[in-house]
Amino acid sequence: MRSILGRSIRPADTIAYLITLTASGGIFGITALVFFELFTGSELSRAKFGWNFLLTQVWDPVAGVFGALPFIYGTMVTSALALMIAIPIGVGTAIFLAEQAPPKVSNLLTFLIELLAAVPSVIYGLLGVFVLVPILQSVVVPPLQTVFGFLPIFQGTFYGVSLFSAGVVLSIMIVPFVVSVSREVLLTVPREMKEASFALGASAWQTTWKVTLPYARKGIYGSIFLALARALGETMAVTMVIGNTPQIKASILAPGYTIAAVIANEFTEATGDLYLNSLIELGLVLFVVTFVLNGFARILVMQTSKASGRV
Amino acid sequence: MMNYHRRKRLTNKLMFTLTALCAAVTVGILLFILGYLVIKGGGALNWGFFTKLPVPVGETGGGMANALVGSGKVLLLAAALGVPIGFLGGVYLSEYGSKTSGFVLRYVTDLLNGVPSIVIGIVVYTWIVHRQGHFSAVAGGIALGIMMIPIAVRSTEEFLQAVPASLREGAFALGAAKWQVITTVVIPAAARGILTGVMLDLARVAGETAPLLFTALNNQFWSEGWSHPTATLPVMIFTYAISPYEDWHRQAWAAGFVLLSFVFGINVIARLALGRGRIAH
Repeated sequence: MRSILGRSIRPADTIAYLITLTASGGIFGITALVFFELFTGSELSRAKFGWNFLLTQVWDPVAGVFGALPFIYGTMVTSALALMIAIPIGVGTAIFLAEQAPPKVSNLLTFLIELLAAVPSVIYGLLGVFVLVPILQSVVVPPLQTVFGFLPIFQGTFYGVSLFSAGVVLSIMIVPFVVSVSREVLLTVPREMKEASFALGASAWQTTWKVTLPYARKGIYGSIFLALARALGETMAVTMVIGNTPQIKASILAPGYTIAAVIANEFTEATGDLYLNSLIELGLVLFVVTFVLNGFARILVMQTSKASGRV
Repeated sequence: MMNYHRRKRLTNKLMFTLTALCAAVTVGILLFILGYLVIKGGGALNWGFFTKLPVPVGETGGGMANALVGSGKVLLLAAALGVPIGFLGGVYLSEYGSKTSGFVLRYVTDLLNGVPSIVIGIVVYTWIVHRQGHFSAVAGGIALGIMMIPIAVRSTEEFLQAVPASLREGAFALGAAKWQVITTVVIPAAARGILTGVMLDLARVAGETAPLLFTALNNQFWSEGWSHPTATLPVMIFTYAISPYEDWHRQAWAAGFVLLSFVFGINVIARLALGRGRIAH
């Protein structure tokens, strides 16, 4: 009876397996398709400009000359600014949530911070344009220029829209990613490690600084890479506050442009195949960079959780 | 010696005050965003926003009824594409995947999740819009659908994994085949969690703007059917926010408030649903 039942059911089992396998294959297929479309879609500009595409700074659709350097520069500067602000605040918050706050408070605050990650990009842009930029213009930048005005990065007239504004908006957007991943890896640090440190007479902060943080180091780096990948590809909020000017200026108070922003602004208006191909190649650059960063970040985070036996 | 201890205590206090301050800043930003949108957006909101079409520049009033319906249409398509693929992928990971194949699929899913949304927009443009020669709700739905897949996979896997082994063993002991165990025992037991995951997934893509710029585009009027340019709430917010008109800014705030309420509403409900579900276990 059993064996008959078993045999008659087997084909159905195979079908169920194949259905889920097909869906999984589809996910591979879609990821591969993304790369394929970007690669073939950028053929013209890759053939015409080669590596110079990444190294020259003239972006002139009328003359048919496309160099991506100003966008690459803007993307790097805004992301670096965002990380400089987001890392201390994010890691600090994560330490507070994982080490100091009572579990109930920590859970509530973590939920609230995760809500921050759920705020759509375009709403950050809206707040950036109408709230943050005016605040920077009236409250933050004038004193900054009085004190640090001698530095090239703070020189020039501030019009509100700038690399700096974009960096600040981005920092707010990536803080939740730093917090939630860092908090999780901090929580995986074994209790015994901390107890040993306390038993040796270390204070709570000494334990955090000398035991917990070093132990969770890789995972925290991972969270930073994840956040960086986020910042590099962020589009709407940046487009709205960066000023959209393809130029390379030493001052972070000057307007700039990012890869994602130029795609958003020019893609539907691109006339001619070379123009469109160049924009698609920018997408390819973004794809490859974030792909590598994310891959790297996942490995770091995985290593940390594995080391503490919580695979 | 005394000095050392005093310094130790002082550093301890100082550093933890600083970390608490960091947490206060982070949460403060959220509360500020929420408060600002409620005041500014809630104030700009009226019944016409939900029932009227956008009006030309110069006329006051009007609403975003077409964008609300448009967002609904695009999200419906996105769910129809992304949820089944993601769900089945999650079932594979949880129930069938070997160590290696599971690892690879998980990894690829995470990478797909990290692809910037604007890049997805480009790909759907070259793949669908460029070939068909027109922007459409379908293209927008495909773009958001692809973005829904990774989260659907991971949340399905997570909730299936959470189903106790004893339930499966009980079903196997009764002579059920593996597919029967999965479809009649494991999936129903995890259904609430999976459904919550899908809602969160929808909330996440509901605010996506960048991939819709090249796929669904925008429309000041009603769009019939599925193959015309379609207005959506996030794109409308973007267009209105960067316009120079005072009245459009007011509308953008109202739309921002509606969008944020939707996203936060789902997040809070999901949290409550999961919280209760966990206690019930």
